Amino acid sequence: MAYQIIVCGGLAPDPLQTLEPVTTPTGPGLKNELMLPNVFDPWAGHALYEAANLAKNQPGSTIKVVSLGPKAKLQQVMMTVAQKLPFELIALDGPGGGFTDAVSVSKALADAIAAIPGFDKSQALIFGGWESATRGAGVVMQMVGERLGITEQFLAVDELTVDPDGALVIKERVEGGKHQISKCAAAPAVLAWATGSLPEPPNHPQTGMANMRVMMPALQKAKPTALDPAAIAYAQVALPAVTRQTRIVKDVPAADIAAEIAAWIKQ
Amino acid sequence: MEKILVLLHTTDEGALPKAALETIAAAAVIGAYDLGVIGANAAAAAQSVSAGAAAVFAVEGEQFAQSRYATDAAAAEAIAKASGAAVIFATGTMRFNRALPGVACRLNGACETHIVAIEPDLKVHRWYYRQRMEATLSRAARPWILLLEPGAFESAPAAPGAAATPIAVTVETRTTVTGYHAPNADQQTIRPDAQLLLVAGAGWTKKQKDGATHTPEAAGLILNFVQKTQSSLGSSKSLVDLSGEGQSVLPFLSHLHQVGQTGSSPRHRKGLATCCHGEEPHVVGWRFINDRRAINLDAACGWSRGKADVLYVADSFEVMRELEKLL
Ligand SMILES: Cc1cc2nc3c(=O)[nH]c(=O)nc-3n(C[C@H](O)[C@H](O)[C@H](O)COP(=O)(O)OP(=O)(O)OC[C@H]3O[C@@H](n4cnc5c(N)ncnc54)[C@H](O)[C@@H]3O)c2cc1C
Repeated sequence: MAYQIIVCGGLAPDPLQTLEPVTTPTGPGLKNELMLPNVFDPWAGHALYEAANLAKNQPGSTIKVVSLGPKAKLQQVMMTVAQKLPFELIALDGPGGGFTDAVSVSKALADAIAAIPGFDKSQALIFGGWESATRGAGVVMQMVGERLGITEQFLAVDELTVDPDGALVIKERVEGGKHQISKCAAAPAVLAWATGSLPEPPNHPQTGMANMRVMMPALQKAKPTALDPAAIAYAQVALPAVTRQTRIVKDVPAADIAAEIAAWIKQ
Repeated sequence: MEKILVLLHTTDEGALPKAALETIAAAAVIGAYDLGVIGANAAAAAQSVSAGAAAVFAVEGEQFAQSRYATDAAAAEAIAKASGAAVIFATGTMRFNRALPGVACRLNGACETHIVAIEPDLKVHRWYYRQRMEATLSRAARPWILLLEPGAFESAPAAPGAAATPIAVTVETRTTVTGYHAPNADQQTIRPDAQLLLVAGAGWTKKQKDGATHTPEAAGLILNFVQKTQSSLGSSKSLVDLSGEGQSVLPFLSHLHQVGQTGSSPRHRKGLATCCHGEEPHVVGWRFINDRRAINLDAACGWSRGKADVLYVADSFEVMRELEKLL
């Protein structure tokens, strides 16, 4: 079965950076936001690695990545991602970051997907991360699916296999460290991925070169995309107030520490 | 006051999850509300907690007994329309986190998830950037679906009331739920309701004082502790990633255990970190753990800098061996 795999993925600040909220004329943002190094959003990354693996096993399948963010940042991040696996980029030049409105983001992404020349919903698998590392809401993928009229949807997916009869067998995370297993007879479907099971692919220079040939023009013509800046009224954004005074217990026999911990557990 | 709907679902067994009573309590503080329940045994479950509700709705039947997007979304849409509420309080379980954002879109509204507090004027609190900063916000869009983080709100006692009005919903889906995959009972180490979270870090698999690794002993100490205390087990990313690199690892750990930036942010009263350095991408996953202790050989590890309440500078192997005798 040949799938049209579309991976929705945004950008996120490198997790090792210190983040501090600030107020800007357009609402909350991050201190030095434009200077912060960015990465492809980690869970969207897992979705992309899984997409590459699926495309390899399902001949004729294609991968397109739809990404919304400031053009300059998209360019930086996509240069790195492009070294890993073959895909085509559909870039949307617009605001990034966690404080943007998920409803407008989902509209921009769904419109971009629907406008892909040759987009065939009956073959579509819409991938993305189950949450972003920025907004952390886990709502965009469902809304993209709804806007495209796709109501077979899966959240926190860790595994997808295709049965010989073409059915999609999907494992989703549920509470208590379990997975729910579902069988979806055929595409189209939305799969918002958790970690999956594949590591980050190593760089592959030929793939990088081939990707870059089509990616640069795609970035050039990144569609300017406006989101609704008034959708959310932020009253406040703040770092957690609590800082702990760490009591450091040193040079104490293990047995005494164990006794203290045992008492604490029983409290 | 705007009209509120409390939307709940039952478990596969037909009971309400614990967080359902938290959602009811959170709504009751704000104002009058309707109640809607979806799933197996929904009508009886709704009646068991409907004392405070103005109108009561239920969608049940075989198709709605399981957690599945197409059927849950259709049922939630039908109840939302029957109630006509402007604001919908719902329990932030995986089932509703999957289904309700799409319902918000269908109804031309909006949806907020992982809500940890709600002010009387409906400003909601939630965390951004993987629990690094907390925002207080509101929206004009209606209906506005609010998914409340389980464990973040006080719960109300269950008080039975009026019977539910059943709503018939028809929906087509290509998806069948075939079952669950869970670890064996003795390897079942993720317990969301546990008081205590034990976190294991990569140090458990590193060379120790004698120059050798002691991974099998580490596995025994950790599993034994978790079983005896009935605590939940979490892990650092480094430790779960090791399995992908062919090193000797702890067989009962998977990505589901990972706490942190790209893992989970579980909610437990206490947390004990062992052999884990306490780096920021890990510790952001501890946002909802109040009372934190760590055992680390390194007095300068991340936990020492205001991230734990107590840091024991000690060998986790030695402390856990002693603990084994006490528990
Ligand atoms: C994009 C990105 C996302 C990330 N997401 C996450 C995430 O979700 N979760 C996460 O955990 N990390 C995450 N990280 C990784 C994080 O930065 C750290 O690398 C990781 O948490 C380190 O794991 P650790 O503390 O177990 O291992 P190490 O850093 O190797 O620390 C091992 C510790 O064990 C101690 N130790 C060794 N032996 C003993 C002993 N006998 N007794 C006591 N102490 C001992 C050592 O002193 C040391 O402090 C992420 C990083 C990036 C870049």
